[in-house]
Amino acid sequence: MNSPLLKAEDLNVRFNTANGVVHAVRGVSFELGREKLAIVGESGSGKSTIGRALLRLHPHSASIDGKLQFGDTNLLACSEREMQAIRGRRMSMIMQDPKYSLNPVMRVGEQIAEAYLAHRKVSKAEARAKAIAMLESVRIRDPERVYNLYPHEVSGGMGQRIMIAMMLIPEPEIVIADEPTSALDVSVRIQVLGVLDDLVSQRGLGLIFISHDLNLVRSFCDRVLVMYAGRVVESIAAADLDKAQHPYTRGLLEALPSLDQRRERLPVLQRDPAWAA
Amino acid sequence: MITNTMIDIRALNLTFGLGDKANRVLRDVSLSVAAGESFGLVGESGSGKTTVLRCLAGLYNHWQGELAIAGKPLAHKLDRERCRWVQMVFQDPYGSLHPRHTVETALAEPLRIHGIGDRSSRIDNILTKVGLNPSFRYRYPHQLSGGQRQRVAIARALILEPKVLLLDEPTSALDVSVQAEILNLLVDLRARDGLTYLMVTHDLSVVAHLCERIAVMQHGSIVETLTRDALESNSASHPYTRMLVEASRHYSRELAQNIALQAA
Amino acid sequence: MSAAMTTTPSPSLNKSALASDVPQSSAAAWRETIRRGARRLTHNPLTVAGLAVVLLLVLVAIFAPWIATHTPVAQDLSDALKAPSAEHWFGTDEYGRDIFSRLVYGSRITLYIIALVTIVVGPVGLAVGTISGYFGGWVDTVFMRVTDIFISFPGLVLALAFVAALGPGLDHAIIAIALTAWPPIARLARAETLSLRKADFVAAAQLQGASPARIIVRHIVPMCLSSVIVRLTMNMAGVILTAAGLGFLGLGAQPPMPEWGAMISAGRRYMLECWWLVAMPGAAIMMVSLAFNLLGDGLRDVLDPRSE
Repeated sequence: MNSPLLKAEDLNVRFNTANGVVHAVRGVSFELGREKLAIVGESGSGKSTIGRALLRLHPHSASIDGKLQFGDTNLLACSEREMQAIRGRRMSMIMQDPKYSLNPVMRVGEQIAEAYLAHRKVSKAEARAKAIAMLESVRIRDPERVYNLYPHEVSGGMGQRIMIAMMLIPEPEIVIADEPTSALDVSVRIQVLGVLDDLVSQRGLGLIFISHDLNLVRSFCDRVLVMYAGRVVESIAAADLDKAQHPYTRGLLEALPSLDQRRERLPVLQRDPAWAA
Repeated sequence: MITNTMIDIRALNLTFGLGDKANRVLRDVSLSVAAGESFGLVGESGSGKTTVLRCLAGLYNHWQGELAIAGKPLAHKLDRERCRWVQMVFQDPYGSLHPRHTVETALAEPLRIHGIGDRSSRIDNILTKVGLNPSFRYRYPHQLSGGQRQRVAIARALILEPKVLLLDEPTSALDVSVQAEILNLLVDLRARDGLTYLMVTHDLSVVAHLCERIAVMQHGSIVETLTRDALESNSASHPYTRMLVEASRHYSRELAQNIALQAA
Repeated sequence: MSAAMTTTPSPSLNKSALASDVPQSSAAAWRETIRRGARRLTHNPLTVAGLAVVLLLVLVAIFAPWIATHTPVAQDLSDALKAPSAEHWFGTDEYGRDIFSRLVYGSRITLYIIALVTIVVGPVGLAVGTISGYFGGWVDTVFMRVTDIFISFPGLVLALAFVAALGPGLDHAIIAIALTAWPPIARLARAETLSLRKADFVAAAQLQGASPARIIVRHIVPMCLSSVIVRLTMNMAGVILTAAGLGFLGLGAQPPMPEWGAMISAGRRYMLECWWLVAMPGAAIMMVSLAFNLLGDGLRDVLDPRSE
């Protein structure tokens, strides 16, 4: 593995709110190669903020500083126009609930084709063919029929696969997935993850998987970043999670109920204010 | 005959809609829960598990079958008697508390409805019982964290001193660390007051932590009832249950392919 | 079945929000809410402007006898149709009456109309809407068809018909306006109730044995109240204009009452030479309508429970 796809150095994101300045992301640094990297944390940890900051989706009132090197592009120095060329084409994002992230008045196939047409000048027919091929690659049987469906006519799992198709059709280098399976049933979740897994490895993409589910990322991702109060408190290989060093990670792991280890009482996480410092 | 059964459900059926839009949500569901027992209902969305709970709570009226609490059959319509026996804790701590009512108002209301006096000290007691400082009385829900709200919801459910607590995914909207606190609280409360729990969840590890017996539901019927030990030792018999157990343990490519093949 | 993540603030923010004054009583909690609401209301300068004009209207109405420079009904034909001057700030009308004083006393009438209409329309609309939405079934059907009947009449036409039947007069005009103003409130309340009745907190209340009356009054109405108040405030502008329209047609307040719309109607004849006859009451109507609209906009931002 040569140079990383994405390199973040000392990333800081601050929001101006009615209650003062919220320092949501504090001095975060990490690298992403052609691998599945998980960013895990509880609510308020800043994990979703990072995902959106990478795509510069925050309003102008948010201040982002630090260094974000994407290949040969410094993401923080890009103009809005340059970012529009990057979003989708080189870096895209899969969101949590297809109910809200798909356009309800447009057929799903057309939305996928639109994602393709946004970055490539091809005929409509070719875009349609590409969209149908993409639907096949996310393991949707009968893609011709599904092409013509509206979002409210598809189930949650299928909607999420459509979302994946839409986000991967422009052939980006990096995909950010923000809680992509939290709204799905457990069996559907595994299937959707299987699709994502295959596509990511086939195309050699970098995947940033943002989630609160430590158990899930343990088996799905290659590396894990644990966040607390805006900071990365642990960066570790997924397979080594049970050897985690930081007390917050250990506390989280122990607080999880587990089928393999029955305990009378779950150890409650004792927050040390030093972690947020 | 003195029966030890606290919750008795027999041949429960429920259909929504009419004609060809009819959706049979519950199909001949039968189960019984002993007094002081903790029983779990697991399944995916559309399995009907939450519907069973809502029938017991009296929120749905057009079910067929027999429901009984402590031997007394339940009428279709919700009556005030039932409120003293059965209460429910809802999934979303943000939605189950009225945004404009203080904690005090929310807890005093059930007491007012049933004409129970001594409100102030009862409220103090129940707040302490669920681990909240009585100074929380005059806060509004938006001034509380998710875990605190859920504690208030539990307090509200317990202030009428019911014997049965219905739990609808009580921790799925909470952070992991907060979930552990609430699960511990639920375990403690049951031990102290001898409550009977019927809990619905999609999370197998949570249900194994809290419940002794577990029923697995799919498409409106129970496919298997097993003990917590059987679940943990992977000795479930029904293939659907085995799939759920494996899927909740970890992700793997083979598993994904297997499930995809099964669904085909 | 979503493990939807809660948006509790980060640990640092949470601490500061909770460490501040913990209310010690129900009254204290209520006061705190009002204080925060007032602060948010005053954030927007336009809202403050609207509020100021409304307050000005109220003050002028209360202190009319002290603010007016002349009696509003005193006629002095030698002084007729005088342009604004030091003696008559807004000029005089065709009977020599001081327009400024008539405007000042007219504010009382305007306020009377607004207050009476709101007091009738608000509770009636809320009641019909929430009962309709909560019970559904035939109750809903009956109430909504009645509402439909009232809504299908254009306000002014119904007012005309009413006044034609009962005779002209301010009180009849108010009744007529109220009859057409309540249906939109009812519809609004019903729409909110339909989504609220599925909420968990309503289910929890039902589970505790609360009667439908208690649930409607204590749980549903407080949530509907914000949009109803905003709608009522915005409606006031329309009410003023309708009343002015009726007055203009001679069907509202009768002479010599200094109702603003009637003043415009009477001044029409001399409008081209004596612009102040029409411009002054017109400006007053416009300012008050605009003020209520701005206030309503600001209230919506403050009262929306979702923005908390």
